[in-house]
Amino acid sequence: MGNQPDEVQEARAQARVLTGSRVIDAIKRSGVSHVLSVPDLHTAKGLLTPIRSDPALTLIRTCKEDETFGIAAGLNYGNKRALILIQYTGFLYAMNAIRAMACEHKLPMCMMIGLLGKEPDVAPQDSAKFGVRIIEPILDILGIKRFLIDDDSCVDAISPAIEHAYSASEPVAFLIGRKPV
Amino acid sequence: MMNRKIALERLKTLINDEIVVATYSTASDWIEIFDRPLNFFSFGAMGLASSHGLGLALARPERKVLVLDGDGSLLMNLGTLVTISAAAPKNLIHMVWKNGSYEANGGHPVPHQQVDFAAMARAAGIASVYRANDPESFESAVRQALSVDGPTFIEVEIEQGPLGPRSYKEMYKASRRQRLREALNA
Repeated sequence: MGNQPDEVQEARAQARVLTGSRVIDAIKRSGVSHVLSVPDLHTAKGLLTPIRSDPALTLIRTCKEDETFGIAAGLNYGNKRALILIQYTGFLYAMNAIRAMACEHKLPMCMMIGLLGKEPDVAPQDSAKFGVRIIEPILDILGIKRFLIDDDSCVDAISPAIEHAYSASEPVAFLIGRKPV
Repeated sequence: MMNRKIALERLKTLINDEIVVATYSTASDWIEIFDRPLNFFSFGAMGLASSHGLGLALARPERKVLVLDGDGSLLMNLGTLVTISAAAPKNLIHMVWKNGSYEANGGHPVPHQQVDFAAMARAAGIASVYRANDPESFESAVRQALSVDGPTFIEVEIEQGPLGPRSYKEMYKASRRQRLREALNA
């Protein structure tokens, strides 16, 4: 970095990035104590790796994504806050658990969903990837509030949205658009 | 092999302030036998009773959590054994009530009748595993599970109970869930 010309450093500074540590700080500010996850290539390095060594967060690794919703429901009844960290494919896999716990029972299921393969600076609905393109419409049909977390300018939305999810007892989804670094 | 209601009557005498997570047919019988605020009825997504139990056990480590799972239900979420083993909550007792059928769904058999769930639990890394097939061995297994650090697993062989749909309206009503929340967070 120190040997790079000034213009290169300036370009890097102005580039749109999503900083994993900022996302994790926002999660912790929301009182989340447990992260429930199946690894996702999109968030594995930028989020899951630092989360697993963060003493303020307990990481529970599950075998399938629907487990994370069952565990989060139990934690909620025991008065603990959880974040579900999964890939969009896992979100699709866990649809019945989401239907039951997030939508019908209106539990504060807080999901962070990695949009693996979403093109930078392309809206999810405009992605060339079918799986990425359908996530927002599905969330809308389910009535789940969603936030696109595409760069650092979006991170400030996370903590208030989690607070609201718990105070209103309703689900919320954060779509991780850009690969966190 | 034993009658489920007889075993549940025995269970009623063995517990105090433990959280009980029950699902489908076992839940229907349990609610008749011991309706209490610390019951949690696994709702909406078959197979997740043990996941609910794990969440409760992690949230409330000072209380034992007993999961009354079904064999059909556990087969829908076998990975839970590995998840529970890795999370290793000392206060979780996971029972599978094994009758070889999807009793709540009309009594059709599960895909294979000779599944050894106790061996599966052991293979997943759960160290304390028990089997019960009559009221005496059931009581002994529960007493042991309550006295040791978990996670523990009990395979309970039972007869098939009454078939067909039961009313879940009462079991799943919101006031019952609120009662649990209040009991846990008082």
